Amino acid sequence: MEKLVMRGGVWLFVALLLLLAAAASSDWAFSVHMSIACLAALIAAFASGKGFDFLSQRYPVLSADNASKYDDDLIRFGLIATIFWGLAGFLAGLYIALQLAFPALNLNFEYTTFGRLRPLHTSAVIFAFGGNALIATSFYVVQRTCRARLAFPSLARFVFWGYQLFIVLAATGYLMGVTQSKEYAEPEWYVDLWLTVVWVSYLAVFVGTLMKRKEPHIYVANWFYLSFIITVAMLHLVNNVSLPVSLVGSQSYSAFAGVQSAMTQWWYGHNAVGFFLTAGFLAMMYYFVPKQAERPVYSYRLSIIHFWALIFLYIWAGPHHLHYTALPDWAQTLGMVFSIVLWMPSWGGMINGLMTLNGAWDKIRTDPIIRMMVMSLAFYGMSTFEGPMMSIKAVNSLSHYTDWTIGHVHSGALGWNGMVTFGCLYYLAPRLWGRERLYSLRMVNWHFWLASAGIVFYASAMWVSGIMQGLMWREYGADGYLVYSFVETVDAMFPMYLIRAFGGLLYLTGAIVMTVNIWKTIAGSPLRQEAPMTETPYNPEADRPAVAVPAE
Amino acid sequence: MAFRIIEHAKLERNVALLGVFALVTVMIGGLVQITPLFWIDSTIEKVEGVRPYTPLEQAGRNIYIREGCYVCHSQQVRPFRDEVERYGPYSLAAESMYDHPFQWGSKRTGPDLARVGGRYSDEWHRAHLKDPRAVVPESIMPPYAFLAEKSLRTDDIVAQLTALSRVGVPYSKEAIAKAAADLEAQANPDADATELKKRYPKVQVRDYDGDPTKITEMDALVSYLQVLGTMVDHKKAASQQVPNEGAAK
Repeated sequence: MEKLVMRGGVWLFVALLLLLAAAASSDWAFSVHMSIACLAALIAAFASGKGFDFLSQRYPVLSADNASKYDDDLIRFGLIATIFWGLAGFLAGLYIALQLAFPALNLNFEYTTFGRLRPLHTSAVIFAFGGNALIATSFYVVQRTCRARLAFPSLARFVFWGYQLFIVLAATGYLMGVTQSKEYAEPEWYVDLWLTVVWVSYLAVFVGTLMKRKEPHIYVANWFYLSFIITVAMLHLVNNVSLPVSLVGSQSYSAFAGVQSAMTQWWYGHNAVGFFLTAGFLAMMYYFVPKQAERPVYSYRLSIIHFWALIFLYIWAGPHHLHYTALPDWAQTLGMVFSIVLWMPSWGGMINGLMTLNGAWDKIRTDPIIRMMVMSLAFYGMSTFEGPMMSIKAVNSLSHYTDWTIGHVHSGALGWNGMVTFGCLYYLAPRLWGRERLYSLRMVNWHFWLASAGIVFYASAMWVSGIMQGLMWREYGADGYLVYSFVETVDAMFPMYLIRAFGGLLYLTGAIVMTVNIWKTIAGSPLRQEAPMTETPYNPEADRPAVAVPAE
Repeated sequence: MAFRIIEHAKLERNVALLGVFALVTVMIGGLVQITPLFWIDSTIEKVEGVRPYTPLEQAGRNIYIREGCYVCHSQQVRPFRDEVERYGPYSLAAESMYDHPFQWGSKRTGPDLARVGGRYSDEWHRAHLKDPRAVVPESIMPPYAFLAEKSLRTDDIVAQLTALSRVGVPYSKEAIAKAAADLEAQANPDADATELKKRYPKVQVRDYDGDPTKITEMDALVSYLQVLGTMVDHKKAASQQVPNEGAAK
């Protein structure tokens, strides 16, 4: 009890400091942020007074602990948060896609311009949707593979809620124009500091749980989670070194300038992809695909080789974002060579995932969740082939600065990260809430096809618009002059932008179908009346030659 | 296998060992690629003419960042014939040496801006920023009419330059102390700009937003756009410009 009062007191004190910071600042965006943080600290003070599981005590549906003896309350929150932020991120993406086709949607209002909404979209899908999926699944997987409950349970709760606060501060900041202008590292210095605190706590909880393990070996999924947490910490700390203009203001200046800042930023940026969106998601793959397929991981040796090769090589690939710029040539060449070599460990992961279905390939036909996971691995394989190809300087000279890059990113993000996350959510929902199975498997199938079709529309539209624009930029006429002005190339992309937005709409619709399905599963609705997803129908009556039956 | 650095089974049973090995593995690439950039002299070849931004230009640059212009506009002309003809001489490392952080961008939804300075009149920029489609009907750029309404925040300009000088931009003590006056002098043609011109060679002094009564965010942003790519005299630097594909013949 004394401890709880202490904790509440500390939070109240923090809230007071934040309130003072809000009052002292002459920068209104900073004041808004400090007020949000102050509110969060007050909620924390209130919650610690009530005991930290106050929400799950209040709403029993969030704590169906009869399902397991592991510490799963947070994972239930994490599943809901993942879906919520996913919908928000997809919707923001659809909106900004439409802005590119119809600029009137910028609404002539400073808070809704493309320049401010685009980081909102990227951060919402990568850090809010992806980050929550990673935190929730890592807490789920590490407990099961270690046969131990989470270490430092209250710190684990701090990680989850602290991360949500980070998301809210980042997102509201973008709308107010608070940004460092470093792609995927836009949040300003104080938000970065907060994320550092949260991330170190995350590392402590994860490593603490690994140390409590009752299994002699650390399972391969945990290698990937661990390297993802460590590497993201390193990237975040180095890339965000900056000096605030004022301690009560939102703005800061990066310690690095020009060439050095470009190299540091893309070392960070590429490895946000490499570790956040690849290593972390491979960890999800290594637990949930074998579980859902009920087959062991295909090759232990391959998992060792591709793990070390992947984490070693990924770090080198950053300069392929800076081909033909003022970055020294030696760095560009290193970046290109390592990007191409990276193809191999990437496919090592894909092969290990796909071949795990050895002996269970029939499940692709009967189990829509496996179908989703297999599709995600196929997209992983495709985009990790496309990436090395685009890092070749000659290809890059055409593809860089165009929509081809946008298409590449989305086949990875929608196809690989999105699909594997959906698969994991479908696996988790019935288990976390102690339900027999999902509300509907047919709806999973609908989601699968809506999402797959959406990605095909999206990626193919971006290939066409990217390659078309790249070729138009460099086209010379017989007279020796450039044929197209810049704006003619913009105009030519309009149909492609419509198709892209349509693809995004399909993908969002699929996610809404998932939301309904999981909602009904959580609520414990009776299973949906539907034709079962089973073997291909076989009718022996119909299986005979067509012979005319004489009339009687 | 005859040769083994370490039994992998050891790593799999020891969190600390696994963590340290992973950390060392992921540090190598960055150490090789990033750290030399800070001490190899040829990374940034010295070019005459590059100077720190004036207080007004720097304030404009902050607005450029705030509005996320970098999301759609690159500032890096690559050494290709078509880019050099479309945008101007290709970008040199020295030209962004005072950019904290760089604004090279990664996408050209709109055209490259590395050499946009002096290409259009202030009036064109104002009309274009307020309503892009009034000037370029096919444009998909968002409108930024509010910039002309908003007064520029100037009370923190000394703090801005101080912070910049601490991260390595060579502002003199005097330049920092007189930042507010310099800012005022650049946007107001009636003010005395002799000191400003001494501190910032080739500085362009005029009322950028067409409204002499106040200094707006439009003043700052247009002054930034108009200085982009103009600091280096490219005829003098021509010896450094040998494009890859035999360009600029």
